[in-house]
Amino acid sequence: MSEPIVWLTIFTLSVFVGIEVISKVSSTLHTPLMSGANAIHGIILLGAILVTGYAESMVALVVGLVAVVLATVNMVGGFVVTDRMLQMFRPRRPVAKADQDGAPR
Amino acid sequence: MIDTPVWVQVVYLVAAVCFILALKGLSSPKHARAGNLLGAVGAVMACVVVFFYAELDHLVPILVAIAVGTVVGVVGAQRVQMTQMPQLVALFNGVGGGAAALVALLELADMVEGDHGEFALAATAFTIVVGSVSFAGSMVTFAKLQELMTSRPVLFPGLPVLFGGGLLVAVALSVMTVTSTAVWIGIVLALVGLLLGVLLVLPVGGADVPIVISLLNAFTGLTVAAGGYVLGNTVLLVAGTLVGASGTFLTKLMAAAMGRSVGNILFGALKGGSTLGAGEASDRPVRSGGPEDVAILLGYAHKVIIVPGYGLAVAQAQHTLRELVDVLGERGIAVDYAIHPVAGRMPGHMNVLLAEAQVPYDQLKEMDDINGDFRQTDVVLVVGANDVVNPAAKTSPGAPIYGMPILNADEAQQIVFMKRSMRPGFAGIENELLFDPKTTLLFGDAKDSLGKLLSAVKAL
Repeated sequence: MSEPIVWLTIFTLSVFVGIEVISKVSSTLHTPLMSGANAIHGIILLGAILVTGYAESMVALVVGLVAVVLATVNMVGGFVVTDRMLQMFRPRRPVAKADQDGAPR
Repeated sequence: MIDTPVWVQVVYLVAAVCFILALKGLSSPKHARAGNLLGAVGAVMACVVVFFYAELDHLVPILVAIAVGTVVGVVGAQRVQMTQMPQLVALFNGVGGGAAALVALLELADMVEGDHGEFALAATAFTIVVGSVSFAGSMVTFAKLQELMTSRPVLFPGLPVLFGGGLLVAVALSVMTVTSTAVWIGIVLALVGLLLGVLLVLPVGGADVPIVISLLNAFTGLTVAAGGYVLGNTVLLVAGTLVGASGTFLTKLMAAAMGRSVGNILFGALKGGSTLGAGEASDRPVRSGGPEDVAILLGYAHKVIIVPGYGLAVAQAQHTLRELVDVLGERGIAVDYAIHPVAGRMPGHMNVLLAEAQVPYDQLKEMDDINGDFRQTDVVLVVGANDVVNPAAKTSPGAPIYGMPILNADEAQQIVFMKRSMRPGFAGIENELLFDPKTTLLFGDAKDSLGKLLSAVKAL
């Protein structure tokens, strides 16, 4: 799994998936979508944990811990604030006008 | 570092699928919340498994750091006002980019010895510089939106030269990272990235800043993807690429909603076509009315369309507006909200603000769905909006907003503007619609005026 071409393949396919899944988003949801996507790249926390866990010098440890804090703020804060936005979106009546949900632009 | 066991790879794959489904869910109002939660589950899962296989040192400090970050993130997310959402997203995005750049710097320090291949070194350089751009750029957008600095485009002679020079230096340093790996090169690269980030965002006007947040969000995504390659971690690669690709696409959608290209938004001010105009009040005569006059217009209409803008949110008048709409609804009047894609400070921002005031989202009509209805509408009530109904977007090729799709409020029988003053909107240009014989102006703070209007309608 380490050959660059395998990674390039994963990368290329992910690009298409990334565009495809949001291509029909209604402008109603642009802000939560941006915020949710923002939270997802907080997964860099995983990388920050790894490099910090293998740190061999004091400087590396401190830099790593700063990265862990920043990445956690990104990830946790991002998901929480997106949820806070989305819990306010609710239809007028549970069954009313269901046909308008996700109306294509 | 030890190799990643197969079961961990499987968990990463599951997490990656969670992220795909999260983005998919976030694209529809029905499944958005579930999608976001699924994304959170995937992220937590991927981060937890690391502790079970990686034989990490410094566990206690790492867990403390995570706890600190969690507290900061949750408190920030809970405390923020909905009107300040764009700033917060910028801030979260910036710290993510900063974290990625720091991770890459640490990796670079490990790579100084031994042969790691030019691809991995190039990806490390990319992560450092783009992560730094994202961090610094996001901090400047935060400062602009929070009004810690002017929201007008900041230009100085030589900015394009400095920016271009910085880019060249960044490329040269990246090449050096590959050919003669050294930590100091990485540090200089990070500093150049910070400078580039600041220079990239300074010339962008306040109204366009949200588009830049979206772009920087995509940058951070790509940074994380490159970091995933460096660390040999698939979930980082997939998640980062997903965000990078969807973020870039979303940026293009948002720019299209303003009738602009991304290039024009970033570099328009450099070419002299400032995105922010004069900002001066006009003294041409207009027809203004009192709350009672407007109440009569509204109370005896059959169909009313509300056009809300950022001014509504600034005045915190969403709740009063919803009450007014409820009262009109009880009188049997059909009322809809017409939401311009860029109403508010960020595309989709207005929907969030109105949702906060418990306006059901099926009452919120998108521009394309409602633009045909204005012709049969008795009264359009424009609350704290301006540019999104400015016919100059259709009629004056010289205007900065020319080409931006607008709401056809000018086609309605009557138009009521609720405004604080005659000052133009964000785009800084005069709105001919204000001087139209069909138009009535109701001056005052939106919350105050809506309150008076509400009691006047109730008294009818």
